[in-house]
Amino acid sequence: MEFRSLRGVVKALNGVYLTVHEREIVGLVGESGCGKTVTGYSVLGLLPKPQAQVTSGRILFKGDDLLAKPQQEMRALKGKVISMVFQDPLASLNPVFTVGEQISRVVRVHHDLEKKAALEAVRTALQATGLPPTDALLKSYPHQLSGGMRQRVCMAMAISCGAGLLVADEPTTALDVTIQMQILKLLLRLRDELGVSQILITHNVGVAAQTCDRIAVMYAGNVVEEGPTADVLKRPRHPYTLALIECLPQGKSAEQLKTIPGAVPDLIDPPAGCRFHERCAHVRDICRDTMPTPFEVARDHWTACHWVQEKSGRGVGVTTGHEPGVGAAGVPFNRDPGIEHTAGGGPATGESGDDIRRE
Amino acid sequence: MMDTTVAVRTSRFADWRARHQSGIEEARHNLHVFLRDKLAVAGLIVIVATVVVAVFAAYLAPYPEQGRGDSDMANRLQPPSAENIMGTDQQGRDVLSRVMFGARIPLVISVVVTAGVLLVGVPLGGIAGYFGGWIDEAVMRITDIFLAFPALVFAMALVAFLGASLRNVALALVITWWPWYARLVRGMAISLRERPYVLAAKTMGVSHFTIIRRHILPNAFGPVIVQMTVDVGAVILEVAALSFIGLGAKPPTPEWGLMISEGRQYILSAWWLSTFAGIAVFGLVLAYNLVGDALRDILDPRLKR
Amino acid sequence: MSLLEVEDLTVHFKIRRGLTRKSIDTVHAADEVSFSLERGTTLALVGESGSGKTTVAHAILGLNKPQKGSIVFAGRDLLALSRGTQRTARRGMQVVFQDPYSSLNPRMTVHDLVAEPLRVGSEISGDALRERVVELLEMVGLGTQHLWRRPHEFSGGQCQRIAIARALALSPDLMVLDEPTSALDVSVQARILTLLHRLQIELTLSYLFIAHDLAVVESVASAVAVMYLGKIVESGPTATIFEDPRHPYTLALLASVPSPDPDRRSAGAALSGDVPSAIDPPSGCRFHPRCKFRMDVCDQEIPPLEDRDGRRIACHLPRDFDLSAEQEAARAARSTAVVEDRQRSRARPRGDETPVPKMPRRW
Repeated sequence: MEFRSLRGVVKALNGVYLTVHEREIVGLVGESGCGKTVTGYSVLGLLPKPQAQVTSGRILFKGDDLLAKPQQEMRALKGKVISMVFQDPLASLNPVFTVGEQISRVVRVHHDLEKKAALEAVRTALQATGLPPTDALLKSYPHQLSGGMRQRVCMAMAISCGAGLLVADEPTTALDVTIQMQILKLLLRLRDELGVSQILITHNVGVAAQTCDRIAVMYAGNVVEEGPTADVLKRPRHPYTLALIECLPQGKSAEQLKTIPGAVPDLIDPPAGCRFHERCAHVRDICRDTMPTPFEVARDHWTACHWVQEKSGRGVGVTTGHEPGVGAAGVPFNRDPGIEHTAGGGPATGESGDDIRRE
Repeated sequence: MMDTTVAVRTSRFADWRARHQSGIEEARHNLHVFLRDKLAVAGLIVIVATVVVAVFAAYLAPYPEQGRGDSDMANRLQPPSAENIMGTDQQGRDVLSRVMFGARIPLVISVVVTAGVLLVGVPLGGIAGYFGGWIDEAVMRITDIFLAFPALVFAMALVAFLGASLRNVALALVITWWPWYARLVRGMAISLRERPYVLAAKTMGVSHFTIIRRHILPNAFGPVIVQMTVDVGAVILEVAALSFIGLGAKPPTPEWGLMISEGRQYILSAWWLSTFAGIAVFGLVLAYNLVGDALRDILDPRLKR
Repeated sequence: MSLLEVEDLTVHFKIRRGLTRKSIDTVHAADEVSFSLERGTTLALVGESGSGKTTVAHAILGLNKPQKGSIVFAGRDLLALSRGTQRTARRGMQVVFQDPYSSLNPRMTVHDLVAEPLRVGSEISGDALRERVVELLEMVGLGTQHLWRRPHEFSGGQCQRIAIARALALSPDLMVLDEPTSALDVSVQARILTLLHRLQIELTLSYLFIAHDLAVVESVASAVAVMYLGKIVESGPTATIFEDPRHPYTLALLASVPSPDPDRRSAGAALSGDVPSAIDPPSGCRFHPRCKFRMDVCDQEIPPLEDRDGRRIACHLPRDFDLSAEQEAARAARSTAVVEDRQRSRARPRGDETPVPKMPRRW
């Protein structure tokens, strides 16, 4: 994935592998500029077309490659089967339409419904997000609602057509902590009660820890570590993941705070080899010129680091000659070779793996 | 670190460059963006060419004396030919020379008018927006009064009252245009006065005057410059319009609006009289608008990288 | 004596409309706020949006006009001074804002930004000025190569360093830090917090730290004042407030922090509903509509801020009221994602799991 800008080509993503299973919340965690939002946007094909170029890779949704789909089909999918929630709920709602009008519009675009039936669907969606489906709410404008309510309205809109995959881009960052917790609990409820799979994009490790089943840590356009939430956060392998966790101020005094030396690299001219090597305490010679390949470090727990690989005794050079996805070091991230292609079935009923793959 | 220290000692120019390195780079970037816009470059070329012609009209015009007003009654209303590329007018004067001399008036007036408008409108708008309260109310009610009249009609009335002359046209245009700029700057100042850097300056004890001068006005200037480039075109049009209806330049002054007006009665027999002056007005106004559009793209903060 | 003592500070904003500028509504932004800040320590003002913490900071900085109360800074009541004297007295306090970019004038170079406060009194100029600017930049970890650059060429963390250097220029006693790290990434946040901590010790600075992130507050503050809808509900030493919170709002706020420890997932949202409007705040205790321990008295009487159990608290609940379940939830939310003991995880037999690498102590 590349962006063309005036200053040159920004290599925004470079080999992002990510799998979202059904009824699963996957957290994309990383600092600003790591590519987590770009990844989220590319799932929905929301990136600006002439500037953003997907140079290689696939995004498989229930077996279909979204990148190969014609525009028309993508449009039918967007908002219906895959939908998105953004950071700023006020900006993502149209200020001149009432809540009822906005959501029923989306419903009627995707389903051929009478006005009345659409309104019924709207009420159901609102109820699912914990809002009272009253006429008063349906008739209110976004600016009359509080931040938390607006975000719930956005989520109601996102799930109103029975979405199977929700991409939530920093949905709680603009909210107060007490409201944030309410929204996080709502995400969990959507997963448990409606079976909505989710990609939760966040910079807040705490938010990811509280919500996600699995976590993918991104750095400078790469997923550096991916695995079950508890494994990644309690037994991090990649030096960056560990450093990130150690930076958290939780329960530390100011003297105890750890920092990461250096700065995030410029993605117009990213460093060769591992993109973290300039800031890494365990840098090896190989890190400076060879991009590490993800390998399974524990069950279901993947990381892309030469040093960890060396430690694990598998030998550093083993995977370097191989394409990701093959070879002795293991099949990275795409662990469900038999992704079922469910034709027609609703996302909540069909057996599916939502596989987002990027190389 | 060494770079700067060494540069400081080597020469004043190097010092200047080091200090303004950031500005130089930005200017270079903006120039790069501007040059990619072919239409804007064309507009700029037209403007520069007009300036050159206006300044050197006495050397460039084929008949400088006629350009200034000497008539040659033997050669009245000659169509375009090798001697007179744009033909001659009702007094036998070479139209090309008159169009070339005519470039001086819109350029001078547009500079005078914009300078006057900026001098009045920008400080008033900045003060009104920054202080708010009754100062703001007072300034805004005054602008309301000015803006309540259609600009051109108001200008006509003023010139009619002050007496028809180019000087009074300039004065009338300043009086009708400044409220727009006061409002524009006021709006910017209102959004800027709550910026943390303004608050920080207040806590440092920086005086209000310095805050307006250093923090408010420089950051309000982008939209003002864009508005100006677009308005210069309108000012040129209004000067021509006022001259056209006899309220601006007096014959035999070579003024485009006046020339169009004079050529009006010959439009069927001698089309070239009004046409070339009209093309000149049209070309210059269009050029300013094209450049203004490009500047908007560069200076509009929302489009910034 | 304390460096800063705020007593009964009340700030109301009148919303005016129409030609006559008649006031139609009053926003109770801060009501009878009292606290004190000791020299060389950090007091954190904590609260959600609308709690009035920024209003209080602005009142101290002279950016709004309080209705009543007193702000005693270095022995002088600022609100009793004339405007000119206030300005001089306030040179001993400086501010760092949340958004690193908008707190620096984009058209000025780093040199001019940092030199601005020094030029106000025009005490120094020329070479001496430049030397002082360079010295300040070095204090915050920037070098002379940055001197003539402008803010947009820097990262957020670097901009915040420039803002800190500017605030240090007048050698203030008090720094008002208005959410100085909440716009930054965690790794950058850690570096800025470390820098602030170092400066505090080196220069004996006092910080008034405005924040909503309780994890940050716990690591930097020596004392905490929790605000809700314009009022302080509980204040005291950081350890007391975090270990033994007594006010239901403090408890809820602490329990709402998403802990990075996946084993400590909070059971449910600690608090339902939204913060009510400050235009017409609830009667009695302002927190009562959201409080799960609400009693009859709560919407009738305003609880006074009283000293007890080593803190100041404004709550009608009896002293012996059992809050242990809530305190447990609040403590759980504070737990950090402790990277598990490496020895133990190495010993754990887990199929294909590789030994967890030993990380160096310092990153």
